[in-house]
Amino acid sequence: MRTLLFIIQKEFLQIFRNRGMLPIIFVVPIVQLLILVNAATFEMKSIKVSVVDLDLSSSSRKLISKYEGSPFYKVVQTTFSNDEAMEFMQSGKVDIIIRIPNGFERQLVRENHAKVQFVINAINQAVAGLSSAYSTSILIDFNRELMQDWLSPSQMAGLKNIQTDYSYWYNPKLNYKTYMVPGILVLLVTIIGLLLSGMNIVREKEIGTIEQINVTPIRKIQFIAGKLTPFWIIALFELAFGLTIGKLVFDIPMVGNLWLIFMSGGVYLFVILSVGLLVSTVTNTQQQSMLVTFFFMVVFILMSGLFTSIESMPDWAQKLDRLNPLMYFIKIMRMVLLKGSAFADISPHFWSLVVFAIILSSLAVWRYRKVA
Amino acid sequence: MSAILVEHIAKHFGTVKALDDISFSVDKGELFGFIGPDGAGKTTLFRILTTLIIPDQGKATVNGLDVVKDYRKIRQDIGYMPGRFSLYSDLSVEENLNFYATVFGTTVAGNYDLIRDIYVQIEPFKKRKAGKLSGGMKQKLALCCALIHKPSVLVLDEPTTGVDAVSRLEFWEMLKRLKESGITIVVATPYMDEAGLCDRIALIQDGNIMAISTPSEVIKKYPNSLYSVKSDDIFSLLNDLRKFPDVHTVFAFGQAAHVSFKPGQSAGSSLQDYLQAKGHSGIIISPVQANIEDCFMELMIK
Repeated sequence: MRTLLFIIQKEFLQIFRNRGMLPIIFVVPIVQLLILVNAATFEMKSIKVSVVDLDLSSSSRKLISKYEGSPFYKVVQTTFSNDEAMEFMQSGKVDIIIRIPNGFERQLVRENHAKVQFVINAINQAVAGLSSAYSTSILIDFNRELMQDWLSPSQMAGLKNIQTDYSYWYNPKLNYKTYMVPGILVLLVTIIGLLLSGMNIVREKEIGTIEQINVTPIRKIQFIAGKLTPFWIIALFELAFGLTIGKLVFDIPMVGNLWLIFMSGGVYLFVILSVGLLVSTVTNTQQQSMLVTFFFMVVFILMSGLFTSIESMPDWAQKLDRLNPLMYFIKIMRMVLLKGSAFADISPHFWSLVVFAIILSSLAVWRYRKVA
Repeated sequence: MSAILVEHIAKHFGTVKALDDISFSVDKGELFGFIGPDGAGKTTLFRILTTLIIPDQGKATVNGLDVVKDYRKIRQDIGYMPGRFSLYSDLSVEENLNFYATVFGTTVAGNYDLIRDIYVQIEPFKKRKAGKLSGGMKQKLALCCALIHKPSVLVLDEPTTGVDAVSRLEFWEMLKRLKESGITIVVATPYMDEAGLCDRIALIQDGNIMAISTPSEVIKKYPNSLYSVKSDDIFSLLNDLRKFPDVHTVFAFGQAAHVSFKPGQSAGSSLQDYLQAKGHSGIIISPVQANIEDCFMELMIK
């Protein structure tokens, strides 16, 4: 036990003496939170619209005014030429072209139906899908108003009509940052835990100090624990630090019990440090270690549900994602912080992490003993 | 009882035979040297003795403890200085020493007697990072760290490689003093001139021990008659000597050539005439006592 403490003390001494390390520990999280959370947004604001109104009737103008009035759209071009509108689309100046054909109002009155065309830039399919949905909902709204204008109340009563109203729970203002901050925090903690710990052990191999350590009575398990504990502490500190920034800068809600966050965080880090240790047993230089961790990290992060919803992944990917520890911790973070989930709610995810921790740490220690 | 006893140790790395059926023993309090070129198997042997790797076959004991079964006990009792500087270069001299003292469950003050002579030389730099020390200082610090737990056996892998001549001499002086305090020392070196400073030496080549004896005994066993030959043009001298009839070996040795003849044959005056005929000037031929390097060369061609 005493030996362990000395190793931990030595590790901290080395970590804080490393000039590259302190900025990584303190500056990177701030920068990442401030930049990533503000930049990585799917929120749709000011979709650029080109209007090709060939009808110029009161109905067409009324429809256009609905787009102009919406906070999501910004009409940047009004033209009578399709080609001009397409040019704008080509050069990326507009995202969507709304084309109202000549005779739009006449058809609407005489034949009870008329057509409008949306041309949508689908290079980013997520944005395209959203703007088409928004556009359609505006059109439906417009349609309903038309009916109200033209039909008598008795006729209206005869029509069956379902109206939809939304109430957004857990994130009433649909604030994207509220959703992102907990996820980005997990990312941060993962980077600290995985990258730094994996590299740190390999470093001893690379510069040969492990040779001198191995002839001392230090047991392997003491050495591993002594190496990993500092990063466990630093990463948990990072979590607290990040939560503070999240609260102060982004005012993210913290509905649930923070102890649940730290308890799950502790287990999650155990998993991540085990992965780091595992990587260090299969690599010999810091460079190799970095490449291997980077590969795992990209897969883990992209499949973690941080940026994309897990529910919309194909079935096999969702099944595969059960092996992704990041996914569980991001879920726990969001559930506890936004929803105020109690232990009973997060327990399936929590116990999954515990199982991961047990399996991966025993695997890593076993590999480590065999290799070094 | 021997401090180190090795019986029929062999170790392969893939298809490379690093050690091939090696046996020897080192007595308590002995200064034992392994002399051999790079790649002879010295480091592999030392790594087996210090319980870092397991031999493919054979048995080795340190203080009667088996290197495979009792590795944990051995580690308490052995000091190892790897050939490559293996201390923490981002920790200071003092911090390194303290760290190694604590992991052995002792303190620097507790065993200060043993390292005092060495430590006073690096003490002025105790706040300096180990990575910023000169080569000789690094070796001294490494020796301090290897001694801090008062080991009974000290294993040094090429401690003087890359160290200047003065520091090398100093280092061997330190080893002699350590030996006097009863520590068994096993040292590997590629420098033949250091061999004479050991109590006994083993000449090792390609994973085989070619001879084990005291340095003087090794020299005494040198079978050939040996001459040192000098002339003004050393390069053509070597070529011409090789063509001389009955000559056994010719090696460059500093500014001279060492020429050996098989037992019963000698150079006589004909060599002088031969070289003169070849147009050499400033010829000096003198019989010399073989040194360790000559013996090593002789054993190598066998």
